[in-house]
Amino acid sequence: MTRFLSLRFLQALIVVLVMSFVVYGLIGLMPGDPIDIMLSGDPNMTAADAARLRALYGVDKPIIERYFEWLRNAVGGDFGYSRQHNQPVLHILLPRLVNTLYLMMGAFLISVIVAIPAGVYAARHPRSLVDQAINLFCFAGISVPVFFLALLLIILFAVQLGILPASGTRTVGAQSSFTDQLRYLALPVLTLTIANIAQVTRYVRSGMIEVLREDYIRTARAKGADENRVVWKHALRNALIPTVTIMALECGTLLSGALITETMFAYLGMGKLIFDSILANDYNVALVGLLFACSVTLLLNLIADVLYAALDPRISYR
Amino acid sequence: MATVISPETSIRSADDAALPPPTRPALLIWRRFRRHKGALIGAGVLIFLALLAIFAPAIAGWRGQDHEAVNLFNRFQPASAEHPLGTDDLGRDLLLRLIYGGRISLFVGLVTAVLTASIGTVIGLISGWYGGRVDAFLMRFCDGWISLPLLPVLIVLAAVDPTKVGLPAAIAKSPDLSLYRIVLIIALVAWTTSARLVRGVTLTLKTRDFVQAAVAQGASTARILFVHILPNALSPILVAATLASGNIILLESTLSFLGLGIQPPVASWGNILTNAQEIIWSQPMQAIYPGVLIFATVISLNFVGDGLQDAFDPRTEGR
Repeated sequence: MTRFLSLRFLQALIVVLVMSFVVYGLIGLMPGDPIDIMLSGDPNMTAADAARLRALYGVDKPIIERYFEWLRNAVGGDFGYSRQHNQPVLHILLPRLVNTLYLMMGAFLISVIVAIPAGVYAARHPRSLVDQAINLFCFAGISVPVFFLALLLIILFAVQLGILPASGTRTVGAQSSFTDQLRYLALPVLTLTIANIAQVTRYVRSGMIEVLREDYIRTARAKGADENRVVWKHALRNALIPTVTIMALECGTLLSGALITETMFAYLGMGKLIFDSILANDYNVALVGLLFACSVTLLLNLIADVLYAALDPRISYR
Repeated sequence: MATVISPETSIRSADDAALPPPTRPALLIWRRFRRHKGALIGAGVLIFLALLAIFAPAIAGWRGQDHEAVNLFNRFQPASAEHPLGTDDLGRDLLLRLIYGGRISLFVGLVTAVLTASIGTVIGLISGWYGGRVDAFLMRFCDGWISLPLLPVLIVLAAVDPTKVGLPAAIAKSPDLSLYRIVLIIALVAWTTSARLVRGVTLTLKTRDFVQAAVAQGASTARILFVHILPNALSPILVAATLASGNIILLESTLSFLGLGIQPPVASWGNILTNAQEIIWSQPMQAIYPGVLIFATVISLNFVGDGLQDAFDPRTEGR
């Protein structure tokens, strides 16, 4: 197990390294460079001045050289400055990360609380009217564009009913309070939740249907075990094994899915930060944000594998 | 064929007259597909939208309207006989723009799905057939690719300056570029699903007798892969491509909505919604139509994919 873990960890590390180079290169291919933006601030600059500035900031060096310089600094904990905010990258990133965590934890908790009973019910009564309704909801949930769902919720709750704010993270100028923050979280969390419930319910349902056919379920029933006990203890525990791993992976998708949601609701989280930095050519922030999202996905992959082995004694890694 | 099996059929019909005559597999698949109501309705919706998209220029000619011509004296007109869904912020007929938008969205969905499936199939066949180090390398590459945050990466790819990758300025400035670029970048990130699928099928087929017989006869690797293995992998590939095209249309509309996909004045369902957040206070319906069309297309594709899966593989039915 330890050997498996360290091997996988090493693999993940290599993937992050390769990705950092790929992303660095891709960002270098975006239009304009940091000097272009400095130049636009001062109309008196000549072409010679621009060349001097490029040399001063090292932008004229080849991309490989620049990448290794960035990497050396990054390993030392220096991720550079954000040009947009004139602050060290981590200073901007961390508070945004906290905001995104609120969003994701809310969405994740609600979707698990709703999806497990829904999926179990649908699996116990396949082809029933309720099962078909749940199935239709799941198909709708995975088919609706997130930005459109957000628009619909804004139209309904902010424009028509006027009960929730259409965008923002907290009321500007007001005393920051928990209920105020909850009001701003409500619509983004709802948007993320709907898509996520649909996914998780599908996995729980198909997992349960599979497990309910197993011999040990028939044995449990034959021994006269209470039906609720059979379903919630014997079956659900086994059905959740694949589901847990998929939910761990879903967390990674939630992180990047939050990009659209946060942008739609002007919620100051990681996703919006990454999007805004890419559009504003804020290289350092975009790079670190992307790599962070990538590392989280890889880490969750690893956790999913470990959980898989921990939950199911039949699986072992040697 | 019919003469060979006729004695058997006659024996059987004597025993059990109620048994239907043997049927072709295609007919069996159609019969099973037909039972899936969602898939049937979905197929109907898709055919209707495809017909609208194909005949868009004819519809424009018949209505005597141009979907890209701006008329600022005609902004935000309410629904009328001339403009059944009203006009947009630049005075263009919304219905016609939606029809033209469907042309783009369906085209991107279809072409990208085919491209994605082709890339995935080639990589999957190579990985599954050669095994060993080739397989390990390709699959680790695949894992790394999957761990990428999909949407942010697409946004970076969409923002890449085409002249910096060496495209001549004439091509980089052409209005069609945004269309081909979006097909290319989505295919670049989406091939992993079909690659894993085809690899799995190749691995199981590799050891089967008919493939081994072909190897023993000295058939070339290309012949084995494309004549013996690929046809047996076609139905799962088709299902995966159908489901993928739904996701592709979602990605395209999201990128276009963000202003990074199809560039105006060309209409796509996503970019019609770009300014939606500003108009929902005054014209909420304008934001609803394009979204409903994207939703209807994607859910139809998902239902058709689900129906095809049941039809090809009856064991999965009801799961």
